[in-house]
Amino acid sequence: MEANAVSRKHFNTKAFISKYAMYVILIVLIAIFGFAQPAFFTGKNFVNILTSESSRGLLALGVAFCIITRGIDLSLGSVMAVSSVFSASLVQKLTYSTLILPGLVNLPEIPAWVAFLFGILVGTSFGVINGLLVAYTKIHPFIATLGSMTIARGLALLYTNAYPVPMLREDFTHIGQGTMFGFLPNIVCVFLLMAVVANVLLNHTRFGKNMFAVGGNVDAARASGINVEKTLVFAYTWSAFCASLAGVMVTARSASGIASLGDGYELDGIAAATVGGVSQTGGVGSIVGCIGGILVLGVINNGLLITGVSPYLQKIIKGAIIVIAVVFDMRKVARKK
Amino acid sequence: MSEYVLEMIDVSKSFPGVQALKNVSFRLRPGTVHALMGENGAGKSTLMKCLIGLYQMNSGRVLINGEEVHINNPLEASRHGISMIHQELSPVKDRSVAENLYLGRVPVRAGVFIDHKKLYRLAGETLQSLGIDINPYEKMGNLTVAKMQMVEIAKAVSQDASIIVMDEPTSSLTSVEVEQLFGMIRALREKGVSVIYISHKMEEIFSICDEVTVFRDGQMVGTDLVSNTNVTKLIHLMVGRDLDAMFPKVTCPITDVIMEVHDLASGDRFSGVSFDLRRGEILGFAGLVGAGRTEVLETLFGLRPKTAGVVKINGKVAEIRRPADALRYNMAMLTEDRRGTGIIPVSSVASNIVVANLKNYVRKNGLINHRKISSDASTYIRKIEIKTPSKETLIQDLSGGNQQKVLVARWLLTEPDILFIDEPTRGIDVGAKAEIHSLITRMAGEGKAIIMVSSEMPEILGMCDRILIMHEGRQTGIIDRGDATQERIMEFATSTGADTTESHAI
Repeated sequence: MEANAVSRKHFNTKAFISKYAMYVILIVLIAIFGFAQPAFFTGKNFVNILTSESSRGLLALGVAFCIITRGIDLSLGSVMAVSSVFSASLVQKLTYSTLILPGLVNLPEIPAWVAFLFGILVGTSFGVINGLLVAYTKIHPFIATLGSMTIARGLALLYTNAYPVPMLREDFTHIGQGTMFGFLPNIVCVFLLMAVVANVLLNHTRFGKNMFAVGGNVDAARASGINVEKTLVFAYTWSAFCASLAGVMVTARSASGIASLGDGYELDGIAAATVGGVSQTGGVGSIVGCIGGILVLGVINNGLLITGVSPYLQKIIKGAIIVIAVVFDMRKVARKK
Repeated sequence: MSEYVLEMIDVSKSFPGVQALKNVSFRLRPGTVHALMGENGAGKSTLMKCLIGLYQMNSGRVLINGEEVHINNPLEASRHGISMIHQELSPVKDRSVAENLYLGRVPVRAGVFIDHKKLYRLAGETLQSLGIDINPYEKMGNLTVAKMQMVEIAKAVSQDASIIVMDEPTSSLTSVEVEQLFGMIRALREKGVSVIYISHKMEEIFSICDEVTVFRDGQMVGTDLVSNTNVTKLIHLMVGRDLDAMFPKVTCPITDVIMEVHDLASGDRFSGVSFDLRRGEILGFAGLVGAGRTEVLETLFGLRPKTAGVVKINGKVAEIRRPADALRYNMAMLTEDRRGTGIIPVSSVASNIVVANLKNYVRKNGLINHRKISSDASTYIRKIEIKTPSKETLIQDLSGGNQQKVLVARWLLTEPDILFIDEPTRGIDVGAKAEIHSLITRMAGEGKAIIMVSSEMPEILGMCDRILIMHEGRQTGIIDRGDATQERIMEFATSTGADTTESHAI
């Protein structure tokens, strides 16, 4: 049924709340946790929140593009794992007894940046495949990426035989363990940098504008001369690129490649983007919103932990907030029939 | 017992930017068929949607059998005995006829289990009582549109409807099916059911209706017994303004040929279409719904594969495989289905205006020039008078006419040489219609070549320099403006003799 046309004319509190629901929730949460536990309200703790959410944040930046085109990407957690084990396998210390690639002993040392890029390359290739599947076979993105999620996880496990890939060289781990300005971990910097890039791509390039058009009405986009297939391939490639970057950064930070890395992270990324107002009906969303969404989830994770709430209860609260945020959001941009 | 089964008194309804109904009154006698007439956007459908609770009216009263009622949704309407047969049916195609007939109220046993035996027995009885020959076990999706419509009417009757609203029920029926429908309507009238019959087709009004009420620009402009009126009177009431204002045709210089089409075909949808198109010309495509006119445009624009024929632009063979190719040849296409292939509902007016032309807004450094988008959007909003609160308003919040103008702006911005316009004024109000007409004429005056598909005969006759007529996927003739009359066009549109079951679309 059509939204009541008359009530939209004059300003009302309901409209205001639904417009800024996420920020209201964020501020309320910070206030509650700050009162309950003073340790929450420290600069160090905020850096902690950012650090622990950066990898999921990168996934949110990636999947937001897919959701804007009215798709979804479930493969991101597995893509993290693939990029993790492939990059790590190139920079294991040669003194380690069970190298993934024993042949490395006979080769000149592979530079850290090559390993870094190789991990990203392998991970991102899954995005290209996802994009081609979605664009050309017309299978539903949920199914296409469900398939690649399973395949990528299988590939990571097969490659490592499910063993961790430890003992990584310091020049590689430094990429993940270093900080900027003496306090900001590199992974946070990467996340913030990528957020800026994502924002530029989405709002200041043709690709971004085309993505909104494709998600808003794919037939109209096509009739307007937009190359829908290219746009979709780009969205899924970008999404996997973000996940690969997260995978390699986490690997360098934890000094170990892990085939089970990122299990379930794709859903956290989707949740963050969704809380941040990226609509599943397509054509709507912003990077600022995504960051807000990540912060809401990060504050909940951290605040509940620091105030000593049961981890099981944490999940329940988190789930409830996701749903509430989306209910408000759907009122804001409801599509009219 | 009141004299009227239904009275709607002083009903008003507005949408953002449009006053759709202004103090409209309407009275319906029991056991009569009452026609509602008026051009698209005159307010007939809006009034009916207010009646069945799809829209809430801003003011006015509804009386049923003399008692005031408030109807908030279609369910309440059906409790008051009002049912509407929509123009576009939405049956559950994978379920049986009986299940559709009793959708939402299937008979149950012990409170939960569906009583299939009773369901099919009841359905059979209902269909039989109306003389409808349909097997209740048949899958709904296997029926013709006409039969689906009959099931829909049977459903209304089985809900004890005393008032049935039919919105252009014959728009996709053959003439044999129309006769069957009329038979059913007469049977309903015998039973004392009142029918509100929305239609554009004069001959139907005079063959089935008892009374007629005419709408124009959201107002009720006349109501009378059908036996007291005639076609001329009705047209005068409906149009109410001189045709020159509706169709501000300015003859402009028609110059060189820009596009030549030889023997074009696309699969089994159409074949053998040949014509040429000149700068400054408006070429009309006339024909019945389903004749293949839209498909020709889609094929020329790269939205549909070309299976035969040659297209030349400026004398050179043009290969157009996708809309992006068409854009490179400076072609533009205003599609028929505004919601389906036109607007991007959740995007702003400005984004919708520039979406087909973004390449011209990319700076040298690869970034979008938002300031230029904003100023061009403002220019076009002013130039073609789009009524919108701001350029950042979502297009879905605009009226149909203004959405259409946004789409016109989208294509004007690409500065096309060749413009395809498919049913440009479908579903928009009369005022906006005249403005769109004058826009189209102005574009032709600027030397653009225009092809316009329209099912509205006055639009075709009033606007076009030449008219190409199609019938069932074949081109049956091209006539000049001077030789064109409604009768001649209909001759071509229904020609090739073999098939006479097709109904008149206009």
